[in-house]
Amino acid sequence: MRRLFVHPTFWPLAALALLLMANGLFNPGFLALQWRGGHLYGNLIDIANRAAPLALVSMGMTLVIAVRGLDISVGAVLAIAATIAAATITHLQAGSAQGSLLPLFAAIGAALVAAALCGLWNGLLVVKAGMQPIVATLILMVAGRGLAQLISDGQILTIYYAPYAFLGNGFLLGLPFALYLVVAVFIALKLLLTRTALGLFIRAIGDNPLAAHVAGVRAHTITPALYVFCACCAGMAGLLVSSNVASADANNAGQLLELDAILAVSLGGSALTGGRFNLFGSLVGALIIQTLTTTIYSIGVPPQVNLVVKAVLVMLVLLLQSPQFRQQLRMLAPAARSSA
Amino acid sequence: MSSDAAVVRHTLARRLGDPAVLSLTVTVSLFVVLSLAGGMRFDGFLAPQVFLNLFIDNAGLLVVAVGMTFVILTGGIDLSVGAVVAFTTVLLASLVQHHRWHPLAAMLLALLVGTGFGAAMGFTIHRYRLQPFVVTLAGMFLARGVATLISVDSIGIDNSFQMAVAGLRIPLGGGTSLSVGAVTALAVVVIATLVSRSTPFGRTVCAIGGSEASALLMGLPVGATLVRVYALSGFCAALAGVLYTVYMLSGYSLHGTGLELDAIAAVVIGGTLLSGGTGQVPGTLFGVLVLGLIQTLIVFDGTLSSWWTRIVIGVLLLFFCLMQRLLLRRT
Repeated sequence: MRRLFVHPTFWPLAALALLLMANGLFNPGFLALQWRGGHLYGNLIDIANRAAPLALVSMGMTLVIAVRGLDISVGAVLAIAATIAAATITHLQAGSAQGSLLPLFAAIGAALVAAALCGLWNGLLVVKAGMQPIVATLILMVAGRGLAQLISDGQILTIYYAPYAFLGNGFLLGLPFALYLVVAVFIALKLLLTRTALGLFIRAIGDNPLAAHVAGVRAHTITPALYVFCACCAGMAGLLVSSNVASADANNAGQLLELDAILAVSLGGSALTGGRFNLFGSLVGALIIQTLTTTIYSIGVPPQVNLVVKAVLVMLVLLLQSPQFRQQLRMLAPAARSSA
Repeated sequence: MSSDAAVVRHTLARRLGDPAVLSLTVTVSLFVVLSLAGGMRFDGFLAPQVFLNLFIDNAGLLVVAVGMTFVILTGGIDLSVGAVVAFTTVLLASLVQHHRWHPLAAMLLALLVGTGFGAAMGFTIHRYRLQPFVVTLAGMFLARGVATLISVDSIGIDNSFQMAVAGLRIPLGGGTSLSVGAVTALAVVVIATLVSRSTPFGRTVCAIGGSEASALLMGLPVGATLVRVYALSGFCAALAGVLYTVYMLSGYSLHGTGLELDAIAAVVIGGTLLSGGTGQVPGTLFGVLVLGLIQTLIVFDGTLSSWWTRIVIGVLLLFFCLMQRLLLRRT
């Protein structure tokens, strides 16, 4: 029992279960799943599907934070990837046959390459130029949306191309395609982190960069690679988002995504100071955020409350992670017990 | 006292080697070069009023950036400022327009709320050893969330006192003038410069940024200073909110989006090191002026789209950050 409580993913999962149960109590239809027209429908599926872009970015962010980094440019990278995908489709569609899949794969390729380049830029600024991660990624965060608008000429690009809609709206074996993407990335990462020494290296760099360096961990290769991975996650999220709404909005796509991703990572139990990380926890964190949003919409509270709830949640998680706060709690607890 | 001149000469030589001073020199030169380039390309660019307009249009940003300078000097960051500006504009507009408060009373309350909000964040950061950027991030969510809770829609202000203040121009001779907001912002710069240079508070701020552990060992009031620095930033953000309300005559929860980024950019371009410890308030003034000048150049050009502003600011940030790294490595 005790081992269950100290398991790193216990508390995030408990919070998610509590949220879902509370929803189920107040709104009996909330947890229901329906099989309709060969697809599974229901609030749970909807939450998971809508959380997919954030879940992808949170996984990338988890690894970057694990090596004492931070990537606040993910929102801008998402906008760049979405814009490039939309621009590629518009460009190629005219020349290719009706129903051809070439524009689809070209768009995916172009968006991911652009995202990877953004990540490489961030990684090199951090490792080669030795900038603080928040400053290095701030540059792309500021300029990125400008670049995306430059590509789209300041317009919202609309995508009139049916195959592309599959990414964000398509179903595979009854479940949304986006879920498969998230699970595939998660499993691949998990294998890479546990079956190779990569997970150990990442923790070593995050716990003590100097010791890791002395022990021969090649932080100068691993750290930029993680930034590239994080940016690619943002790129995939950009594909999902732009496919879902069949358009790319350089100015607003992925707005505040960096904050949500950091929130998901901290909700999932990873230390924001690096070292200890929990990939599955971040996925749960992303689900918690989306469940909160859906809950707030479904119980009819004005959606603006969402921001306030998130703020309170971040503060709570942060305080619970702070040793000083826990100590204060422990000092208060016996006092309350003795006075009772 | 005969060695005064020698001391001055010695400090001058040392200060030119100081990365922050060198960085400021580059910023001022950049401002001059940009102005001259603008003057050569466009007629009327060098007119005095064009420069005074830089202060009028960027008064809010200037005040926010001054507060941010102190925070960054301690090695921290305050991401909540844009949201606090938005919150202040909504609070002011709502109190004045819907609850018929006198604007001055509402402004006073807004300044108190902003200061208290900053102090609370500073206390949390210091007391529980939390990272400034996450705490102020939560503060950003909270301030913008509460602003939208007060009103989702933009609230226009037609209070006669507020309108009079907004229309007031202080003549400077030769047909040029400054707005009340610009004068307030300049006063803030002057006061902040004096505070940072010649008070124990200002020196403690720099000491904390240099090394918090050393500052503690020296017996400096680290905790109290950190709380006061964030309170100061909150106050500046609220004051900027007041200026915005006067400038725009409206309160809207989406005012000041991304303002924190512009403020950080201005501070960095002004030669303050993001790692804390070195930098100065007048540098921030020039940082804001450079950002404003870029905006003005793009407006004067007329063919360049607005997103070029963001790209140019990004490039400038990159340039200044790289330069700071090089200077730090050399010393």
